[in-house]
Amino acid sequence: MATQQSRSAARLMMAPAVVLLLGWMLVPLTMTLYFSFKKYLPLRGGDLGWVGFENYARFLTSSAFWPSVQTTLVIVGGVLAITVVLGIFLAILLNQPMWGQGMVRILVIAPFFVMPTVSALVWKNMFMDPNYGLLAHLWKLFGATPVEWLSQASLPSIIMIVSWQWLPFATLILLTAIQSLDSEQLEAAEMDGAPAHKRFAYITLPHLGRAITVVILIQTIFLLSIFAEIFVTTGGAFGTKTLSYLIFQRVLESQNVGLGSAGGVYAIILANIVAYFLVRIVGKNLDA
Amino acid sequence: MARSIAPRRKAINTLLAWSIGFLIFFPILWTILTSFKTEATAIANPPVFIGFDWTLENYQAVMERSNYGRFLWNSIVIAGGSTILGILIAIPAAWSMAFVPSKRTKDILLWMLSTKMLPAVGVLYPIYLLFIRMGLLDTKIGLMIVLMLINLPIIVWMLYTYFKEIPGEILEAARMDGATLREEVIYILTPMAIPGIASTLLLNVILAWNEAFWTLNLTAAKAAPLTAFIASYSSPEGLFYAKLSAASTMAIAPILILGWFSQKQLVSGLTFGAVK
Repeated sequence: MATQQSRSAARLMMAPAVVLLLGWMLVPLTMTLYFSFKKYLPLRGGDLGWVGFENYARFLTSSAFWPSVQTTLVIVGGVLAITVVLGIFLAILLNQPMWGQGMVRILVIAPFFVMPTVSALVWKNMFMDPNYGLLAHLWKLFGATPVEWLSQASLPSIIMIVSWQWLPFATLILLTAIQSLDSEQLEAAEMDGAPAHKRFAYITLPHLGRAITVVILIQTIFLLSIFAEIFVTTGGAFGTKTLSYLIFQRVLESQNVGLGSAGGVYAIILANIVAYFLVRIVGKNLDA
Repeated sequence: MARSIAPRRKAINTLLAWSIGFLIFFPILWTILTSFKTEATAIANPPVFIGFDWTLENYQAVMERSNYGRFLWNSIVIAGGSTILGILIAIPAAWSMAFVPSKRTKDILLWMLSTKMLPAVGVLYPIYLLFIRMGLLDTKIGLMIVLMLINLPIIVWMLYTYFKEIPGEILEAARMDGATLREEVIYILTPMAIPGIASTLLLNVILAWNEAFWTLNLTAAKAAPLTAFIASYSSPEGLFYAKLSAASTMAIAPILILGWFSQKQLVSGLTFGAVK
Protein backbone atom coordinates (compact mmCIF):
# COMPACT_ATOMS: atom_id res chain seq x y z
CA MET A 1 0.00 0.00 0.00
CA ALA A 2 1.20 3.45 -0.82
CA THR A 3 1.46 5.38 2.40
CA GLN A 4 2.18 9.03 2.83
CA GLN A 5 5.74 8.09 3.69
CA SER A 6 6.29 5.97 0.61
CA ARG A 7 4.83 8.73 -1.52
CA SER A 8 7.40 11.23 -0.39
CA ALA A 9 10.11 8.60 -0.77
CA ALA A 10 8.87 8.03 -4.31
CA ARG A 11 8.99 11.70 -5.08
CA LEU A 12 12.54 11.84 -3.79
CA MET A 13 13.53 8.90 -5.97
CA MET A 14 12.07 10.55 -9.02
CA ALA A 15 13.68 13.91 -8.32
CA PRO A 16 17.12 13.44 -9.93
CA ALA A 17 15.71 12.29 -13.26
CA VAL A 18 13.03 14.96 -13.33
CA VAL A 19 15.32 17.79 -12.30
CA LEU A 20 18.01 16.81 -14.80
CA LEU A 21 15.61 16.55 -17.70
CA LEU A 22 13.90 19.78 -16.70
CA GLY A 23 17.26 21.53 -16.69
CA TRP A 24 18.27 19.90 -19.96
CA MET A 25 15.07 21.19 -21.51
CA LEU A 26 14.71 24.63 -19.98
CA VAL A 27 18.26 25.99 -19.84
CA PRO A 28 19.23 25.59 -23.52
CA LEU A 29 15.71 26.44 -24.65
CA THR A 30 15.73 29.70 -22.73
CA MET A 31 19.15 30.52 -24.14
CA THR A 32 18.03 29.77 -27.70
CA LEU A 33 15.00 32.01 -27.22
CA TYR A 34 17.22 34.74 -25.73
CA PHE A 35 19.73 34.62 -28.61
CA SER A 36 16.98 34.54 -31.19
CA PHE A 37 16.01 38.10 -30.27
CA LYS A 38 19.58 39.39 -30.47
CA LYS A 39 22.02 40.27 -33.14
CA TYR A 40 24.79 38.02 -31.94
CA LEU A 41 27.93 37.32 -33.98
CA PRO A 42 30.56 35.74 -31.71
CA LEU A 43 33.42 36.27 -34.19
CA ARG A 44 32.34 39.65 -35.55
CA GLY A 45 31.59 41.93 -32.63
CA GLY A 46 29.73 39.56 -30.30
CA ASP A 47 26.49 40.76 -28.77
CA LEU A 48 25.19 43.68 -30.83
CA GLY A 49 21.94 44.21 -28.94
CA TRP A 50 18.27 43.39 -29.16
CA VAL A 51 16.62 43.22 -32.53
CA GLY A 52 13.12 42.02 -31.74
CA PHE A 53 11.71 39.64 -34.31
CA GLU A 54 14.19 40.62 -37.01
CA ASN A 55 16.00 37.25 -36.92
CA TYR A 56 12.72 35.39 -37.26
CA ALA A 57 11.74 37.50 -40.25
CA ARG A 58 15.18 37.25 -41.82
CA PHE A 59 15.33 33.51 -41.40
CA LEU A 60 11.97 33.10 -43.14
CA THR A 61 12.82 35.47 -45.97
CA SER A 62 16.36 34.28 -46.61
CA SER A 63 16.77 32.64 -50.01
CA ALA A 64 17.93 29.40 -48.38
CA PHE A 65 14.87 28.93 -46.18
CA TRP A 66 12.16 27.64 -48.51
CA PRO A 67 14.50 25.33 -50.46
CA SER A 68 15.61 23.88 -47.14
CA VAL A 69 12.01 23.26 -46.06
CA GLN A 70 11.34 21.65 -49.40
CA THR A 71 14.45 19.47 -49.11
CA THR A 72 13.47 18.43 -45.60
CA LEU A 73 9.97 17.47 -46.73
CA VAL A 74 11.27 15.55 -49.75
CA ILE A 75 13.77 13.60 -47.66
CA VAL A 76 11.36 12.86 -44.80
CA GLY A 77 8.50 12.04 -47.19
CA GLY A 78 10.65 9.92 -49.48
CA VAL A 79 12.20 7.91 -46.68
CA LEU A 80 8.83 7.41 -44.99
CA ALA A 81 7.19 6.21 -48.20
CA ILE A 82 10.00 3.78 -48.99
CA THR A 83 10.44 2.39 -45.50
CA VAL A 84 6.73 2.01 -44.76
CA VAL A 85 5.81 0.37 -48.08
CA LEU A 86 8.83 -1.92 -48.19
CA GLY A 87 8.52 -2.47 -44.43
CA ILE A 88 4.96 -3.76 -44.77
CA PHE A 89 5.99 -6.00 -47.64
CA LEU A 90 9.00 -7.36 -45.74
CA ALA A 91 7.04 -7.85 -42.53
CA ILE A 92 4.42 -9.90 -44.37
CA LEU A 93 7.11 -11.88 -46.15
CA LEU A 94 9.09 -12.58 -42.98
CA ASN A 95 5.93 -13.71 -41.26
CA GLN A 96 5.44 -16.52 -43.81
CA PRO A 97 6.69 -20.00 -43.11
CA MET A 98 10.20 -20.45 -44.51
CA TRP A 99 13.56 -22.01 -43.81
CA GLY A 100 16.09 -19.99 -41.85
CA GLN A 101 13.69 -17.27 -40.73
CA GLY A 102 15.83 -16.18 -37.80
CA MET A 103 18.87 -15.77 -40.00
CA VAL A 104 17.01 -13.65 -42.57
CA ARG A 105 15.72 -11.43 -39.75
CA ILE A 106 19.28 -10.88 -38.61
CA LEU A 107 20.37 -9.90 -42.12
CA VAL A 108 17.46 -7.49 -42.53
CA ILE A 109 17.94 -5.79 -39.17
CA ALA A 110 21.70 -5.31 -39.48
CA PRO A 111 21.77 -1.85 -41.15
CA PHE A 112 20.04 -0.29 -38.15
CA PHE A 113 23.11 -0.97 -36.03
CA VAL A 114 25.58 0.63 -38.42
CA MET A 115 26.63 4.06 -37.20
CA PRO A 116 25.39 6.85 -39.48
CA THR A 117 28.86 8.08 -40.40
CA VAL A 118 29.87 4.61 -41.53
CA SER A 119 26.81 3.99 -43.66
CA ALA A 120 27.07 7.43 -45.24
CA LEU A 121 30.74 6.96 -46.10
CA VAL A 122 30.41 3.41 -47.32
CA TRP A 123 27.54 4.34 -49.61
CA LYS A 124 29.25 7.50 -50.79
CA ASN A 125 32.55 5.87 -51.70
CA MET A 126 32.08 2.21 -52.31
CA PHE A 127 28.68 2.32 -54.00
CA MET A 128 27.99 5.79 -55.33
CA ASP A 129 31.43 6.89 -56.43
CA PRO A 130 31.23 7.60 -60.17
CA ASN A 131 34.62 5.99 -60.89
CA TYR A 132 35.16 3.14 -58.48
CA GLY A 133 31.74 2.61 -56.90
CA LEU A 134 29.95 -0.66 -57.32
CA LEU A 135 26.96 1.05 -58.89
CA ALA A 136 29.25 2.62 -61.48
CA HIS A 137 30.57 -0.86 -62.35
CA LEU A 138 27.02 -2.10 -62.63
CA TRP A 139 26.07 0.77 -64.95
CA LYS A 140 29.14 0.15 -67.12
CA LEU A 141 28.26 -3.52 -67.30
CA PHE A 142 25.07 -2.56 -69.09
CA GLY A 143 26.86 0.00 -71.23
CA ALA A 144 25.39 2.99 -69.43
CA THR A 145 27.30 6.06 -68.29
CA PRO A 146 27.83 5.94 -64.51
CA VAL A 147 25.76 8.43 -62.56
CA GLU A 148 27.45 10.96 -60.32
CA TRP A 149 25.02 10.07 -57.61
CA LEU A 150 25.71 12.62 -54.93
CA SER A 151 25.90 15.61 -57.25
CA GLN A 152 23.52 14.77 -60.10
CA ALA A 153 20.95 12.83 -58.09
CA SER A 154 21.83 14.08 -54.64
CA LEU A 155 18.39 13.94 -53.03
CA PRO A 156 17.44 10.45 -54.26
CA SER A 157 20.89 9.24 -53.15
CA ILE A 158 20.48 10.59 -49.63
CA ILE A 159 16.93 9.24 -49.47
CA MET A 160 18.31 5.87 -50.46
CA ILE A 161 21.07 5.89 -47.83
CA VAL A 162 18.71 6.96 -45.07
CA SER A 163 16.02 4.50 -46.17
CA TRP A 164 18.55 1.70 -45.99
CA GLN A 165 19.25 2.68 -42.39
CA TRP A 166 15.60 2.95 -41.35
CA LEU A 167 14.00 0.09 -43.28
CA PRO A 168 15.06 -2.39 -40.57
CA PHE A 169 13.33 -0.30 -37.91
CA ALA A 170 10.05 -0.14 -39.85
CA THR A 171 10.24 -3.83 -40.73
CA LEU A 172 10.95 -4.91 -37.17
CA ILE A 173 8.08 -2.93 -35.69
CA LEU A 174 5.60 -3.94 -38.37
CA LEU A 175 6.69 -7.56 -38.05
CA THR A 176 6.09 -7.42 -34.30
CA ALA A 177 2.63 -6.00 -34.95
CA ILE A 178 1.78 -8.52 -37.64
CA GLN A 179 2.72 -11.41 -35.38
CA SER A 180 -0.06 -10.42 -33.00
CA LEU A 181 -2.62 -10.76 -35.79
CA ASP A 182 -5.02 -13.61 -35.19
CA SER A 183 -4.16 -16.10 -37.93
CA GLU A 184 -7.55 -17.84 -37.60
CA GLN A 185 -9.22 -14.73 -38.91
CA LEU A 186 -7.07 -14.83 -42.01
CA GLU A 187 -7.64 -18.54 -42.48
CA ALA A 188 -11.39 -18.12 -42.14
CA ALA A 189 -11.34 -15.37 -44.75
CA GLU A 190 -9.25 -17.57 -47.01
CA MET A 191 -11.70 -20.44 -46.68
CA ASP A 192 -14.57 -18.11 -47.46
CA GLY A 193 -12.79 -17.42 -50.71
CA ALA A 194 -11.43 -13.92 -50.04
CA PRO A 195 -8.55 -13.30 -52.45
CA ALA A 196 -5.12 -12.35 -51.10
CA HIS A 197 -5.34 -8.64 -51.88
CA LYS A 198 -8.71 -8.36 -50.12
CA ARG A 199 -7.41 -10.23 -47.08
CA PHE A 200 -4.53 -7.74 -47.02
CA ALA A 201 -6.75 -4.67 -47.46
CA TYR A 202 -9.50 -5.64 -45.01
CA ILE A 203 -7.69 -7.60 -42.32
CA THR A 204 -3.91 -7.12 -42.31
CA LEU A 205 -3.70 -3.42 -43.13
CA PRO A 206 -6.29 -2.25 -40.55
CA HIS A 207 -4.53 -4.39 -37.96
CA LEU A 208 -1.24 -2.67 -38.79
CA GLY A 209 -2.72 0.84 -38.75
CA ARG A 210 -1.52 1.74 -35.31
CA ALA A 211 1.98 0.34 -35.82
CA ILE A 212 2.27 2.24 -39.10
CA THR A 213 1.31 5.46 -37.34
CA VAL A 214 3.93 4.86 -34.67
CA VAL A 215 6.59 4.12 -37.28
CA ILE A 216 5.72 7.30 -39.17
CA LEU A 217 5.78 9.51 -36.09
CA ILE A 218 9.00 8.16 -34.58
CA GLN A 219 10.83 8.17 -37.90
CA THR A 220 9.65 11.69 -38.64
CA ILE A 221 11.14 12.93 -35.41
CA PHE A 222 14.48 11.30 -36.16
CA LEU A 223 14.45 12.17 -39.86
CA LEU A 224 13.73 15.84 -39.27
CA SER A 225 17.13 16.05 -37.62
CA ILE A 226 19.32 13.76 -39.73
CA PHE A 227 22.75 15.24 -39.73
CA ALA A 228 25.68 12.87 -40.23
CA GLU A 229 24.31 11.51 -43.52
CA ILE A 230 24.42 15.00 -45.04
CA PHE A 231 27.51 16.17 -43.20
CA VAL A 232 29.68 13.37 -44.62
CA THR A 233 28.19 13.01 -48.08
CA THR A 234 27.47 16.43 -49.57
CA GLY A 235 28.03 18.84 -46.72
CA GLY A 236 24.75 20.48 -47.64
CA ALA A 237 25.72 21.12 -51.27
CA PHE A 238 23.75 20.10 -54.38
CA GLY A 239 20.38 20.99 -52.89
CA THR A 240 20.65 18.70 -49.88
CA LYS A 241 20.48 21.39 -47.24
CA THR A 242 17.72 20.46 -44.82
CA LEU A 243 16.27 22.84 -42.28
CA SER A 244 18.41 21.38 -39.50
CA TYR A 245 21.50 21.53 -41.65
CA LEU A 246 20.78 25.15 -42.53
CA ILE A 247 20.51 26.00 -38.85
CA PHE A 248 23.73 24.11 -38.14
CA GLN A 249 25.51 26.16 -40.81
CA ARG A 250 24.13 29.46 -39.54
CA VAL A 251 25.17 28.71 -35.97
CA LEU A 252 28.52 26.94 -36.27
CA GLU A 253 29.84 27.67 -39.75
CA SER A 254 28.85 31.30 -40.28
CA GLN A 255 28.59 31.93 -36.53
CA ASN A 256 25.41 33.97 -36.83
CA VAL A 257 23.95 32.79 -33.58
CA GLY A 258 20.92 35.08 -33.50
CA LEU A 259 19.74 34.00 -36.91
CA GLY A 260 20.48 30.34 -36.27
CA SER A 261 18.64 30.46 -32.95
CA ALA A 262 15.53 31.87 -34.61
CA GLY A 263 15.76 28.94 -37.04
CA GLY A 264 16.20 26.63 -34.07
CA VAL A 265 12.97 27.91 -32.56
CA TYR A 266 11.18 27.12 -35.81
CA ALA A 267 12.65 23.60 -35.79
CA ILE A 268 11.54 23.10 -32.20
CA ILE A 269 8.00 24.19 -33.03
CA LEU A 270 7.92 21.85 -36.02
CA ALA A 271 9.17 18.89 -33.98
CA ASN A 272 6.64 19.63 -31.25
CA ILE A 273 3.74 19.42 -33.67
CA VAL A 274 4.82 15.89 -34.61
CA ALA A 275 5.62 15.01 -31.02
CA TYR A 276 2.15 16.05 -29.90
CA PHE A 277 0.54 13.32 -31.97
CA LEU A 278 3.06 10.70 -30.93
CA VAL A 279 2.65 11.49 -27.24
CA ARG A 280 -1.12 11.18 -27.59
CA ILE A 281 -0.86 7.73 -29.15
CA VAL A 282 1.63 6.50 -26.58
CA GLY A 283 -0.43 8.03 -23.77
CA LYS A 284 -3.58 6.26 -24.89
CA ASN A 285 -1.74 2.97 -24.70
CA LEU A 286 -0.44 3.69 -21.22
CA ASP A 287 -3.72 3.03 -19.39
CA ALA A 288 -4.60 -0.05 -21.41
CA MET B 1 -8.10 -29.73 -40.39
CA ALA B 2 -4.67 -30.56 -41.65
CA ARG B 3 -3.68 -27.41 -43.39
CA SER B 4 -0.33 -28.27 -44.85
CA ILE B 5 1.51 -25.40 -46.42
CA ALA B 6 2.49 -26.28 -49.91
CA PRO B 7 6.24 -26.94 -49.86
CA ARG B 8 6.50 -25.09 -53.12
CA ARG B 9 5.17 -21.92 -51.51
CA LYS B 10 7.55 -22.34 -48.61
CA ALA B 11 10.44 -22.71 -51.03
CA ILE B 12 9.44 -19.54 -52.89
CA ASN B 13 9.10 -17.62 -49.62
CA THR B 14 12.50 -18.82 -48.53
CA LEU B 15 14.17 -17.91 -51.78
CA LEU B 16 12.56 -14.46 -51.93
CA ALA B 17 13.26 -13.64 -48.29
CA TRP B 18 16.87 -14.78 -48.47
CA SER B 19 17.50 -12.79 -51.65
CA ILE B 20 16.09 -9.62 -50.13
CA GLY B 21 17.91 -10.24 -46.87
CA PHE B 22 21.15 -10.69 -48.77
CA LEU B 23 20.55 -7.51 -50.77
CA ILE B 24 19.91 -5.48 -47.62
CA PHE B 25 22.92 -6.93 -45.86
CA PHE B 26 25.14 -6.63 -48.91
CA PRO B 27 26.65 -3.17 -48.21
CA ILE B 28 27.86 -4.46 -44.84
CA LEU B 29 29.17 -7.68 -46.38
CA TRP B 30 30.92 -5.71 -49.12
CA THR B 31 32.56 -3.47 -46.52
CA ILE B 32 33.81 -6.48 -44.58
CA LEU B 33 35.12 -8.18 -47.76
CA THR B 34 36.82 -5.00 -48.96
CA SER B 35 38.57 -4.59 -45.62
CA PHE B 36 40.58 -7.74 -46.41
CA LYS B 37 41.66 -6.60 -49.89
CA THR B 38 44.67 -4.59 -50.96
CA GLU B 39 43.88 -1.05 -52.03
CA ALA B 40 44.48 -2.06 -55.65
CA THR B 41 42.05 -5.00 -55.46
CA ALA B 42 39.51 -2.82 -53.67
CA ILE B 43 39.04 -0.63 -56.73
CA ALA B 44 39.65 -3.34 -59.33
CA ASN B 45 37.48 -3.30 -62.42
CA PRO B 46 35.54 -5.56 -62.63
CA PRO B 47 35.11 -5.85 -58.85
CA VAL B 48 36.43 -8.98 -57.15
CA PHE B 49 34.07 -10.69 -54.73
CA ILE B 50 35.73 -13.61 -52.98
CA GLY B 51 38.66 -14.77 -55.07
CA PHE B 52 41.39 -12.43 -53.90
CA ASP B 53 44.42 -12.74 -51.64
CA TRP B 54 43.09 -11.99 -48.19
CA THR B 55 45.24 -9.63 -46.21
CA LEU B 56 45.20 -8.03 -42.78
CA GLU B 57 47.41 -5.13 -43.77
CA ASN B 58 44.54 -2.60 -43.71
CA TYR B 59 43.75 -3.39 -40.12
CA GLN B 60 47.41 -2.98 -39.25
CA ALA B 61 47.63 0.28 -41.15
CA VAL B 62 44.53 1.72 -39.51
CA MET B 63 45.72 0.78 -36.05
CA GLU B 64 49.18 2.19 -36.57
CA ARG B 65 48.41 5.35 -38.45
CA SER B 66 45.34 6.69 -36.83
CA ASN B 67 45.46 5.99 -33.16
CA TYR B 68 42.41 3.83 -33.60
CA GLY B 69 42.77 2.59 -30.04
CA ARG B 70 42.12 6.03 -28.60
CA PHE B 71 38.93 6.52 -30.60
CA LEU B 72 37.75 3.06 -29.62
CA TRP B 73 38.47 3.77 -25.98
CA ASN B 74 36.60 7.08 -26.20
CA SER B 75 33.59 5.31 -27.71
CA ILE B 76 33.61 2.67 -25.01
CA VAL B 77 33.94 5.19 -22.19
CA ILE B 78 31.32 7.55 -23.59
CA ALA B 79 28.75 4.92 -24.54
CA GLY B 80 29.33 2.82 -21.44
CA GLY B 81 29.60 5.76 -19.06
CA SER B 82 26.52 7.55 -20.30
CA THR B 83 24.49 4.34 -20.10
CA ILE B 84 25.58 3.45 -16.58
CA LEU B 85 25.05 7.01 -15.40
CA GLY B 86 21.61 7.03 -17.00
CA ILE B 87 20.64 3.71 -15.47
CA LEU B 88 21.72 4.78 -11.99
CA ILE B 89 19.53 7.87 -12.24
CA ALA B 90 16.65 6.09 -13.95
CA ILE B 91 16.32 3.05 -11.68
CA PRO B 92 14.96 4.92 -8.65
CA ALA B 93 12.68 7.02 -10.84
CA ALA B 94 11.26 4.08 -12.80
CA TRP B 95 10.99 2.11 -9.58
CA SER B 96 8.87 4.65 -7.80
CA MET B 97 6.71 5.23 -10.87
CA ALA B 98 6.04 1.51 -11.21
CA PHE B 99 5.45 0.68 -7.56
CA VAL B 100 4.11 3.91 -6.07
CA PRO B 101 2.20 5.35 -9.01
CA SER B 102 0.37 8.60 -8.48
CA LYS B 103 -2.04 10.58 -10.58
CA ARG B 104 0.82 12.43 -12.16
CA THR B 105 2.98 9.42 -13.08
CA LYS B 106 1.56 9.20 -16.57
CA ASP B 107 2.03 12.90 -17.21
CA ILE B 108 5.63 12.77 -16.03
CA LEU B 109 6.37 9.80 -18.28
CA LEU B 110 4.87 11.52 -21.29
CA TRP B 111 6.67 14.74 -20.51
CA MET B 112 9.98 12.84 -20.34
CA LEU B 113 9.19 11.33 -23.72
CA SER B 114 8.58 14.78 -25.16
CA THR B 115 12.01 16.06 -24.05
CA LYS B 116 13.49 13.33 -26.27
CA MET B 117 11.94 15.09 -29.23
CA LEU B 118 13.67 18.39 -28.78
CA PRO B 119 15.62 18.80 -32.02
CA ALA B 120 19.31 18.84 -31.17
CA VAL B 121 20.13 21.55 -33.67
CA GLY B 122 17.70 23.91 -31.91
CA VAL B 123 19.85 23.92 -28.79
CA LEU B 124 23.24 23.40 -30.43
CA TYR B 125 24.67 26.83 -29.69
CA PRO B 126 23.56 27.05 -26.05
CA ILE B 127 25.07 23.66 -25.33
CA TYR B 128 28.20 24.56 -27.27
CA LEU B 129 28.52 27.79 -25.28
CA LEU B 130 27.87 26.12 -21.94
CA PHE B 131 30.44 23.49 -22.82
CA ILE B 132 33.06 26.14 -23.54
CA ARG B 133 32.28 28.03 -20.34
CA MET B 134 32.42 24.92 -18.22
CA GLY B 135 35.50 23.53 -19.95
CA LEU B 136 33.57 20.50 -21.15
CA LEU B 137 34.18 20.93 -24.86
CA ASP B 138 36.06 17.96 -26.27
CA THR B 139 35.96 16.02 -23.02
CA LYS B 140 34.62 12.54 -22.48
CA ILE B 141 32.72 13.53 -19.38
CA GLY B 142 30.88 16.28 -21.25
CA LEU B 143 29.70 13.92 -23.97
CA MET B 144 28.77 11.33 -21.37
CA ILE B 145 26.47 13.84 -19.71
CA VAL B 146 24.84 14.94 -22.96
CA LEU B 147 24.28 11.40 -24.24
CA MET B 148 22.99 10.37 -20.82
CA LEU B 149 20.45 13.19 -20.96
CA ILE B 150 19.23 12.46 -24.47
CA ASN B 151 18.80 8.76 -23.67
CA LEU B 152 17.45 9.15 -20.14
CA PRO B 153 13.78 9.22 -21.27
CA ILE B 154 14.24 5.93 -23.13
CA ILE B 155 15.99 4.35 -20.15
CA VAL B 156 13.27 5.45 -17.71
CA TRP B 157 10.56 4.20 -20.05
CA MET B 158 12.11 0.82 -20.65
CA LEU B 159 12.81 0.22 -16.97
CA TYR B 160 9.31 1.38 -16.05
CA THR B 161 7.82 -1.11 -18.51
CA TYR B 162 9.89 -3.96 -17.07
CA PHE B 163 9.27 -3.05 -13.44
CA LYS B 164 5.55 -2.89 -14.04
CA GLU B 165 5.57 -6.51 -15.08
CA ILE B 166 6.84 -7.62 -11.68
CA PRO B 167 3.71 -8.88 -9.90
CA GLY B 168 2.83 -7.02 -6.72
CA GLU B 169 1.67 -10.21 -4.98
CA ILE B 170 5.22 -11.42 -4.66
CA LEU B 171 6.13 -8.30 -2.76
CA GLU B 172 3.12 -8.63 -0.49
CA ALA B 173 3.96 -12.26 0.22
CA ALA B 174 7.50 -11.28 1.12
CA ARG B 175 6.23 -8.57 3.43
CA MET B 176 3.90 -11.02 5.12
CA ASP B 177 6.89 -13.23 5.77
CA GLY B 178 8.54 -10.30 7.49
CA ALA B 179 10.97 -9.06 4.86
CA THR B 180 12.17 -5.53 5.40
CA LEU B 181 12.17 -3.02 2.55
CA ARG B 182 15.90 -3.51 2.17
CA GLU B 183 15.60 -7.30 1.95
CA GLU B 184 12.70 -6.89 -0.42
CA VAL B 185 14.80 -4.79 -2.75
CA ILE B 186 17.93 -6.93 -2.60
CA TYR B 187 16.50 -10.45 -2.63
CA ILE B 188 13.28 -10.11 -4.60
CA LEU B 189 13.07 -7.04 -6.79
CA THR B 190 16.63 -6.83 -8.01
CA PRO B 191 16.93 -10.43 -9.24
CA MET B 192 13.59 -10.11 -11.01
CA ALA B 193 14.55 -6.83 -12.60
CA ILE B 194 17.98 -7.86 -13.85
CA PRO B 195 16.87 -9.09 -17.30
CA GLY B 196 15.04 -5.80 -17.85
CA ILE B 197 17.99 -3.75 -16.69
CA ALA B 198 20.33 -5.78 -18.90
CA SER B 199 18.33 -5.22 -22.06
CA THR B 200 17.94 -1.53 -21.28
CA LEU B 201 21.70 -1.35 -20.89
CA LEU B 202 22.24 -3.07 -24.21
CA LEU B 203 19.91 -0.88 -26.26
CA ASN B 204 21.30 2.30 -24.79
CA VAL B 205 24.90 1.35 -25.37
CA ILE B 206 23.94 0.86 -29.02
CA LEU B 207 22.17 4.21 -29.24
CA ALA B 208 25.01 6.06 -27.55
CA TRP B 209 27.66 4.30 -29.64
CA ASN B 210 26.02 5.39 -32.89
CA GLU B 211 25.01 8.90 -31.86
CA ALA B 212 26.40 11.22 -34.52
CA PHE B 213 25.27 14.78 -33.88
CA TRP B 214 26.67 15.70 -30.51
CA THR B 215 29.69 13.45 -30.88
CA LEU B 216 30.63 15.26 -34.11
CA ASN B 217 29.90 18.77 -32.90
CA LEU B 218 31.24 18.71 -29.35
CA THR B 219 34.55 16.92 -29.86
CA ALA B 220 37.78 17.64 -31.63
CA ALA B 221 41.03 15.77 -31.17
CA LYS B 222 40.92 14.56 -27.59
CA ALA B 223 37.52 13.05 -26.89
CA ALA B 224 36.41 12.10 -30.40
CA PRO B 225 34.79 8.65 -30.54
CA LEU B 226 34.55 6.31 -33.51
CA THR B 227 31.76 8.26 -35.21
CA ALA B 228 34.13 11.20 -35.61
CA PHE B 229 37.03 8.93 -36.51
CA ILE B 230 35.06 7.55 -39.45
CA ALA B 231 33.87 10.99 -40.48
CA SER B 232 37.52 12.02 -40.78
CA TYR B 233 37.79 9.58 -43.70
CA SER B 234 35.38 11.68 -45.75
CA SER B 235 38.14 13.87 -47.17
CA PRO B 236 38.54 12.98 -50.84
CA GLU B 237 42.09 11.69 -50.86
CA GLY B 238 41.69 8.91 -53.38
CA LEU B 239 42.65 5.33 -52.91
CA PHE B 240 41.67 4.40 -49.42
CA TYR B 241 38.67 2.06 -49.79
CA ALA B 242 40.28 -0.90 -48.11
CA LYS B 243 41.42 1.14 -45.13
CA LEU B 244 38.07 2.86 -44.86
CA SER B 245 36.47 -0.59 -44.88
CA ALA B 246 38.78 -1.91 -42.20
CA ALA B 247 38.09 1.11 -40.00
CA SER B 248 34.35 0.81 -40.62
CA THR B 249 34.31 -2.90 -39.89
CA MET B 250 36.06 -2.33 -36.58
CA ALA B 251 33.67 0.49 -35.69
CA ILE B 252 30.47 -1.44 -36.37
CA ALA B 253 31.40 -5.03 -35.50
CA PRO B 254 30.96 -4.84 -31.72
CA ILE B 255 27.61 -3.10 -31.97
CA LEU B 256 26.34 -5.36 -34.75
CA ILE B 257 26.90 -8.33 -32.47
CA LEU B 258 25.29 -6.64 -29.47
CA GLY B 259 22.45 -5.50 -31.69
CA TRP B 260 21.56 -8.98 -32.83
CA PHE B 261 21.03 -9.92 -29.19
CA SER B 262 18.75 -6.98 -28.54
CA GLN B 263 16.26 -7.36 -31.40
CA LYS B 264 13.30 -7.96 -29.11
CA GLN B 265 13.98 -5.09 -26.73
CA LEU B 266 14.52 -2.79 -29.66
CA VAL B 267 10.83 -2.71 -30.52
CA SER B 268 9.44 -1.99 -27.09
CA GLY B 269 12.32 0.34 -26.26
CA LEU B 270 12.10 2.49 -29.35
CA THR B 271 8.33 2.70 -29.55
CA PHE B 272 7.90 3.43 -25.84
CA GLY B 273 5.68 0.39 -25.52
CA ALA B 274 3.25 1.57 -28.19
CA VAL B 275 3.88 -1.56 -30.25
CA LYS B 276 4.13 -4.89 -28.49
